[in-house]
Amino acid sequence: MIVANRKPFEEIIEMLKPYSKILLLGCNECVTVCATGGSKEVAVLASEIRLYRQKEGKPVEIGEVTLERNCDPEYVESLKPFIHDYEVVLSMACGCGIQFVGEHYRDRLVLPAVNTTFYGVTEEHGVWTERCQGCGNCILHKTLGICPVTRCAKSIFNGPCGGSQGGKCEVDRDIPCAWHLIVDRYRELNMMDKYLEIQPMKDWSTSRDGGPRKRVREDLKI
Amino acid sequence: MRLSYPTNVKIIKVPCTGRVDITHVLKAFEDGADGVYLVGCLEGDCHYLVGNIRAKKRVEYLKHILDECGVGGERVAMYNMSSAEGQRFAEVAREMTEKIRTLGPNPAKKEK
Repeated sequence: MIVANRKPFEEIIEMLKPYSKILLLGCNECVTVCATGGSKEVAVLASEIRLYRQKEGKPVEIGEVTLERNCDPEYVESLKPFIHDYEVVLSMACGCGIQFVGEHYRDRLVLPAVNTTFYGVTEEHGVWTERCQGCGNCILHKTLGICPVTRCAKSIFNGPCGGSQGGKCEVDRDIPCAWHLIVDRYRELNMMDKYLEIQPMKDWSTSRDGGPRKRVREDLKI
Repeated sequence: MRLSYPTNVKIIKVPCTGRVDITHVLKAFEDGADGVYLVGCLEGDCHYLVGNIRAKKRVEYLKHILDECGVGGERVAMYNMSSAEGQRFAEVAREMTEKIRTLGPNPAKKEK
C-alpha cells in the first residue's frame, strides 16, 4: 500500500487561512489502511479544524467525503454535483489522488493534508514499514525476496557495505542491514554460491531517472 | 451511600470504555463540553480484556489533538475504578470539575 503521514496541524491551518468552506476529502484505499486519510481520520481532522477555527473566532464549514478511490476517474467524477459548493478541497488521499482530483476540477484548488511517504506493509498493528521503491526493474529473485534498492540506505547491489555492524545499518541502529538479511537468507536456503555472483550496474532508466512512467494496455482501452 | 457529586457532570453510558472513540469526545467538545473524562474498570479487570487499555491510549492521543487545536489536552482525562468505588467516583467528579473550573470554559464553545 501507499503509506502517508498527516501533515503537521499548523501547516494545514496555514494553508486553510483564506477559506471558510472546505471540502475535506478522504480515500478508502491505502491511506485508510495506514490510518492516515480514511473516513475516520477525515472526521478527526474536520473536528480539529472546526474547533481551532471556532476558537479563533473564524468558524468554518467543512464537508466530509471519503471516495472509494481518488485515483480512478469514475469515483473522482462523483464529486461533480457538490465540489463547487466549497471554496477549496483539502485532500487526505496520497499524492496521486490529490493531483488527480485537481486535474479533474481545474477551477478548484486541491491542498494536501498528508505527506505521501512510501510503499509499505503493516508490520504490526499501528506500524508500517517500507518495502518497495517502484524502481521498475525488480531483482527480488536475485536477492531472495529482500529489496536492497529500498531497504539498503545506499541501494547497493553487492553488499553489505562497511557500515553494516551486527546486522544493523550505520544510518540508524534500529534499521536492519538489508544485505545482512539477504546473506542470512542465502545461508538459510543453502545458496551461498549465488551470493558470490557479482551483480552488474543497474539500469535506473526504468526508475524515476527515466522521467514519469506510464503503463498502457491497449486491449483494455475503451 | 447517598453520595453527592457536582450536577454539571453529565454521564454517558457505554458498554466499555473501549467503545469510546476519539470522534465521540471531539464531538462533545464541538458541542460545547468544557471537559471530558472517561471512567473505566481497573486495569487488568476489563470484561473485554483490554478495552480500558485501549481507551487510555485514545485519551493520550486525544490530549495531543486537543493541544494542537488549542482547546487544551488537560481537558480530557482517564480514571480507573471498580463499580464498588462509589466514594471514589464522587471524589473524581469533584476533582475533575474543580480542574475544569480552573481552566475556564472551552475556548471553542459556540456562542448561543
